[in-house]
Amino acid sequence: MGTIITKDRIVIPGQVIAEGMDYLPAKGTFREGESIIATVLGLLRIEGRLINVVPLRGPYLPKAGDVVIGTIEEIGFGGWQVDIGIAYPANLSMKEATKEFIERGADLARYYNFNDIIFATITNVIRLKAVDLSMNGQGLRKLPPGRLIDVDPTKIPRIIGKQGSMISMIKEKTKCQIVVGQNGKAWIKGETAEDELKADQAIRKIEAEGHNEGLTEHMEKFLE
Amino acid sequence: MAYTKRFDGRGFEEIRKMSAEVGIISRAKGSARFQIGDTIAIAAVHGPRELHPRFLRKPDKGVLRCDYDMVSFSVSERKRPGSSRRSMEISHVTGKSIEPVLDLSKYPNTVIDVFITIPQANAGTRCAGICAASLALADAGIPMKDLVVAISVGKAGDKVVMDLTKEEEDHAEGATDIPVAMTPRNGEYTLLQLDGDISKDELKEALVLAKKGCDEIYTLMQKTLRDSFKEKK
Amino acid sequence: MKEYLLGLIKDKKRMDGRGLSTYREPITIETGISKKAEGSARVKIGNTEVNVGVKMELGTPYPDSPDEGTIIVTAELIPLSNPNFESGPPGIQATELARIVDRGIRESHYLDFKKLCVKKGEKIWMVLIDIYSINDEGNLFDAAALGAIAALRDAKVPVIKDDKVQYGELTAKKLPLDKEAPILMTIHKLGDEFIVDPISAEEEAVSARLSIAIKGDRICAMQKGGADGLSLPEVEKAIDLAYTQVEELKKALK
Repeated sequence: MGTIITKDRIVIPGQVIAEGMDYLPAKGTFREGESIIATVLGLLRIEGRLINVVPLRGPYLPKAGDVVIGTIEEIGFGGWQVDIGIAYPANLSMKEATKEFIERGADLARYYNFNDIIFATITNVIRLKAVDLSMNGQGLRKLPPGRLIDVDPTKIPRIIGKQGSMISMIKEKTKCQIVVGQNGKAWIKGETAEDELKADQAIRKIEAEGHNEGLTEHMEKFLE
Repeated sequence: MAYTKRFDGRGFEEIRKMSAEVGIISRAKGSARFQIGDTIAIAAVHGPRELHPRFLRKPDKGVLRCDYDMVSFSVSERKRPGSSRRSMEISHVTGKSIEPVLDLSKYPNTVIDVFITIPQANAGTRCAGICAASLALADAGIPMKDLVVAISVGKAGDKVVMDLTKEEEDHAEGATDIPVAMTPRNGEYTLLQLDGDISKDELKEALVLAKKGCDEIYTLMQKTLRDSFKEKK
Repeated sequence: MKEYLLGLIKDKKRMDGRGLSTYREPITIETGISKKAEGSARVKIGNTEVNVGVKMELGTPYPDSPDEGTIIVTAELIPLSNPNFESGPPGIQATELARIVDRGIRESHYLDFKKLCVKKGEKIWMVLIDIYSINDEGNLFDAAALGAIAALRDAKVPVIKDDKVQYGELTAKKLPLDKEAPILMTIHKLGDEFIVDPISAEEEAVSARLSIAIKGDRICAMQKGGADGLSLPEVEKAIDLAYTQVEELKKALK
């Protein structure tokens, strides 16, 4: 037999959520004896027997298949080192950087220079110190200079919305191009600085209020 | 002379007025302010980030690094800015009091830095610092098996008391200061220090009192974290 | 971001939508934030926060000014306030900040050093002004200078008994301050334009800065910083811009 102990929507680290072996600890939880306990501050999601806590704040953890926005930090002989907002730079090899043939000894800065912003995918994560990137994939590219903002990575799914509905609405209403990386970065390019500011503020608003009910309506109103 | 009435009029088992807040420093990944009486602690979390020097890195988990310091004008006689033997020791025991609850297995080779500053001091600063640090880590979304809660108990004159003030620490007939940190769910001590002179029975009494104080602080900390997501009207 | 900001500034635009010579709002100043300091203040410009405390100690005067007290300004850019700040003794950034604030107060004679003399040749007041950054989202300079003024105004002289300062016991006596306070404004060159009150991203993109302390209609301290030089017309332009902002910052001090 198992019992759900708490009625809270938001749980905090160390809080006992359920007792008994019927329930299983999934994301953001662990088992201690009979108890299932939250490890992060977040929203409680019970899916059948699985107890999840969806974090409301937290660092980005890279995983293969994620799309991220990064900044070129270092150019080496065999490729680039890219700051994707984690403790150590990610690697972009020549092979994964472009479909073009790069001649031996070529100046790699011609392809991606220092401080260039790229939209890339993660192909492999061994440790935080060994994250590999690739530019092969739809929409992956070098981004022209634009407004680059940091948001809490846990809020990215909210910013994108169901099937991209939220981000589409912001793009449409602000007439901006927007690229969102799962690493908690967003790149904005609009026709005017005012449009870009509006898009920035919209994203910030979702970051601050994303866990509340009625977000879509709030955002519609905000963007009018 | 027996200590019959506390200098600030509190009951012997009464904690000073408290308040707490998270998300106070926008440049940090997580931050908090914790006030107990006139003692204020603020804490900020930076990281997980690259750790130097290299030999401190751990290949299987992240490293917690705590840094405690007091503002020069937090005490009556100006404290010289910068670290001291005292602040180094407190930084160390603060780290040790929090480490047991952290799960840093997802952040190998990195450091999570917690900076604690005391803008105003009236005893119990290391405990207030631990409460602020614990809140800031939760605010940063660092996985934790529990919060860490801390309070100073002890003896002023001939009485076992909760949450000593500076005036009580300087009691003419002697005082004993026992800073305690606990993990509320399993009731384990993660910080236990003592300065003074106390009998075994009095110590036991003081530790029971500490548990009571920690329960009260824990309630406030839970509420603070939850309220940080309340809809702003 | 630098390229982006330089692109915006060509159209005289800033990323948060402000005008080139507009400070973030609100600028708030709270005093008496510390029960242990003789005077204290918290300044917020937008999200940037600085705390300043004034402590007073009795000291011996310098031989060349036996009847004058003095000030000592220290800035601690603590790592709590900015992930790029490091632990340890003050670096050049903190030292420069403290020196600029010091000169603005000293050279404007805002504080009457002669009145800080307790006994000529023997005993003087040393006024220690300590600045702590709490949250650095840009423009710590101007925030720190405002904080120093506000903390000095808040301060009360402590009681002296048997030649010793009785900390915690304050007299009703305020510090000997001039009515007119020196106001520090730092003007930053971004692209070909001059801006005030940069946010962190802008600070990383500016090529030069000029800090100017103005008291009344007089200039009492200046400090040029940043990688690039400034031409004479540019210096004049920066100074003119500073003069337009004095009243705005004075209002915050009220």
